[in-house]
Amino acid sequence: MSGLRSLLTGGRRKLWHFHGGVHLPDEKTLSNGSPVIDAPLPTQLVLPLQQHIGAPARCRVSVGDKVLKGQLIAEPQGYISAPVHASSSGTVVAIEARPIPHPSGLSAPCVVIETDGEERWAELPAPLAASAAELDACDPAALRERIRASGIVGMGGASFPTNVKLNPGKDQPIDTVIINGAECEPYITCDDLLMREHAADIVDGVRLMLHLVQAKRALIGVEDNKPEAAAALNSAIAEAGVGDRVEVVVIPTLYPSGGEKQLIRILTGKEVPSHGIPAQIGIVCQNVGTTAAVADAVLRGRPLIERLVTVTGRGVVEPRNYRVPIGISAEALIAASGGYRGELEKLVAGGPMMGFRLDTDLVPITKATNCLLALTPDESPDPGAPLPCIRCGRCAEVCPANLLPQQLYWHARAKELDKVQDYNLFDCIECGCCAHVCPSHIPLVQYYRFAKTESWAREQEKRAADHARERHAAREARLERQERERKAKLRKKKEAVAAGGAKPAAGRAKPAPAGAQPTADAKTKPQADTADKQALIEAARRRAAEKKAMLAKAEETTAASVDQQASAQDDAAATTQRAQPREAVVADQE
Amino acid sequence: MAMTFVSSPHSARVNRVDQVMLQVCLALVPGTLALVWFFGWGVLINMALATLFAVLAEALVMKLRGRPALPAIGDYSAVVTALLFALTIPPTMPWWMTMLGIVFAIVIVKQLYGGIGYNPFNPAMAGYVFLLISYPVATTSWLPPDVPALLEARELSTLSFLDSARLIFTSTLPEGLTWDAVSAATPLDEMRTLLDQGRTIDEIRASSPLWGSFGGRGWEWVGNWFLLGGLYLLWRRVISWHIPVAVLGGLLAASAAFWLVDPQHFPFPGFHLFSGAAILGAFFIATDPVSACTTRRGQLIYGAAIGGTIFAIRTWGGYPDAVAFAVLLMNIAAPMIDHYSQPRVFGHRRGVRKKA
Repeated sequence: MSGLRSLLTGGRRKLWHFHGGVHLPDEKTLSNGSPVIDAPLPTQLVLPLQQHIGAPARCRVSVGDKVLKGQLIAEPQGYISAPVHASSSGTVVAIEARPIPHPSGLSAPCVVIETDGEERWAELPAPLAASAAELDACDPAALRERIRASGIVGMGGASFPTNVKLNPGKDQPIDTVIINGAECEPYITCDDLLMREHAADIVDGVRLMLHLVQAKRALIGVEDNKPEAAAALNSAIAEAGVGDRVEVVVIPTLYPSGGEKQLIRILTGKEVPSHGIPAQIGIVCQNVGTTAAVADAVLRGRPLIERLVTVTGRGVVEPRNYRVPIGISAEALIAASGGYRGELEKLVAGGPMMGFRLDTDLVPITKATNCLLALTPDESPDPGAPLPCIRCGRCAEVCPANLLPQQLYWHARAKELDKVQDYNLFDCIECGCCAHVCPSHIPLVQYYRFAKTESWAREQEKRAADHARERHAAREARLERQERERKAKLRKKKEAVAAGGAKPAAGRAKPAPAGAQPTADAKTKPQADTADKQALIEAARRRAAEKKAMLAKAEETTAASVDQQASAQDDAAATTQRAQPREAVVADQE
Repeated sequence: MAMTFVSSPHSARVNRVDQVMLQVCLALVPGTLALVWFFGWGVLINMALATLFAVLAEALVMKLRGRPALPAIGDYSAVVTALLFALTIPPTMPWWMTMLGIVFAIVIVKQLYGGIGYNPFNPAMAGYVFLLISYPVATTSWLPPDVPALLEARELSTLSFLDSARLIFTSTLPEGLTWDAVSAATPLDEMRTLLDQGRTIDEIRASSPLWGSFGGRGWEWVGNWFLLGGLYLLWRRVISWHIPVAVLGGLLAASAAFWLVDPQHFPFPGFHLFSGAAILGAFFIATDPVSACTTRRGQLIYGAAIGGTIFAIRTWGGYPDAVAFAVLLMNIAAPMIDHYSQPRVFGHRRGVRKKA
């Protein structure tokens, strides 16, 4: 079957398309011409406690502690979390909030290490296997635990804990592992260089992942503007003798082919369901950097304490790739590249399409930082004030999610949060294609982020309001029940009294039989009893009425703002019923 | 520092509204030249007049709205509206009618709805229809195409630049010429009239000098040159193929169906495509993004409906040509078509749509 297919397609794998996408000037040659070099060891490392999606790590060191390279300094909290390790030896000099590379520009808790320059390693855990060939004997649970303990998170940018992603669960059998070497963002070349220089590590990592998720095959997607990388991977695969299971697939260069959903579509023709994850369609997708880091952790026991970073853009003197300790400052890397050159429009963390602007270069490189991009005004000109949308539809033409960006824009602008969700706002991957081609220069992605944030906030508010309403309804129901019980008691008492008093009353109604002396005594006693009871009943009624009035008053004050007609209703029960019709009914049924 | 663009993408934008509009202007050049070739200088005079009034009207309204006028003029959308409007009116139109039409288009149809991007109707076509209804005779009196054989057969004269200018500005014809000696019905108009008189297509083709090789004489070439401009727009990706192909396809399908059944009373489909404003309408007018459909499927429906409506009005309606009416009618329907023709979003199953 596969032989027939390869005959039909001239030996090339069938590739699928996703809707839209844009061809961008790739600008890769700025930085991919020279080999990766080690960044100079900085005097200070700033390690944020949260460099991943999930709960922040809990700090395990205190100020003044000596730490060794690779030593755990913060442990994960909960399943979706990741530890942090010291990326060089030295002394902890501060544990405080520092600026981090984040779109918000806000600070976050970091461990600051003064390096001693000795690079003394901590005692590392023993490798789980001597070589990738012996991996099959390893227990998957142990492998996952090692990956978790090594602090490995997705290095393509999303930084989701890798062990979680590699544990799809028994109900989601994995058929294919997809390794993302597309690197579709312009300028960035660190994955390219990693594939060229460390193809063997990547292949080891692929074998490990195949074993971990028990998948049949792995596909490594590489865009066709990186032929050296594809060649290096191919020879590494041949060397490892895993050509039957692992395949490098060269795909056409088209942004955003490196988006997880887009790459899966290109390579397999399958679409990750909306709001779903790849595991649901039998796929696990990992970035090449993550794959190499996994091999490093399992075969060499090394935690994730360094990564490759591209320093590029025409705003730096010497664009190139560095192997950097996590926590080095962006400033130090820029300085290593000869500093800024000419006029700087902005410094971006990540690529030009999805990266975010840094307000300062005094932020650390984290596990997710793949690129520092110093853009000149020529490369990133100010698009000027946005013009009105002319509904040209180019945004829809290029949208890789096949959304209608224009409609999303109108509704986001009008803050119609229901409408934007009808138009599937949350399927937007914020790739920026729409804004890139918009002739009116409307910051479309900014509108979508705004609408998403507003929707989340509203969702949260709604949840809080629902909770409050539930509590209110429960209280109302309780009060009503108590009222009903009291009334029922009262009625019973009344009936009892009436039953007791009715006979004498009936007797009284009849003409009193003359000379019936004993009855007179018998009659006055019940009458006195009745009077007592009547007084009690009166008092109880008064109390009930008072309570009712108070309730009505309280109800009115709350309901008045909601429903102005409420004040016209003096019946407290009616008001309650109108304000909470559903809950009231439920309460009644109880 | 202005904090206009903090958010990604940080790349240089590849398109600009003014460049899109200028491309449209450029694409109009071949068709305009053909129109001038066949119908004289009046075409150019109208274009100049319409552009002048359009820009003045745009600037005035922006000023009244308390907004900067320069960016609005600088996007050239008023110029495109003016040029398209001028290309649809006869080259003999008195200047003040041109002014009324274009001011109506810019002020009422475009700016009163909020300016560029907000107008539900195509301003150029609304301006044209405004004139067509208000001044039907002036709006439908065309010159004969400057084809020697045709002029001889009907003993017609052409107008020089000065003659055209005098006609437009003072409504006076050159000495010794009557209106009948310079004007002629359009092929579509004549076809209607003759068919209404009970003539068959064969008789009409044999007797009337207005017929060319595949459309109206002269007109067919104007159509061809506009087609060239339209292909340029497709090549530069200013427009997508969906609307023009659907318009022409709709017109072709409707006219072919009737022609196949009764070729003596329904003209050959090529006649429909290459007469009147069909080509201009398909590539330049129906594709106006603001008032058209935006979804791909919607554009196909929208275009096909315009093509069908053009045929229906030409054949059974009260006007010889119908592009303007067809476009305006479908402008009304565009939002609804858009609503029901949304594409399947990535990762969603086909046919499953969230509640609207």
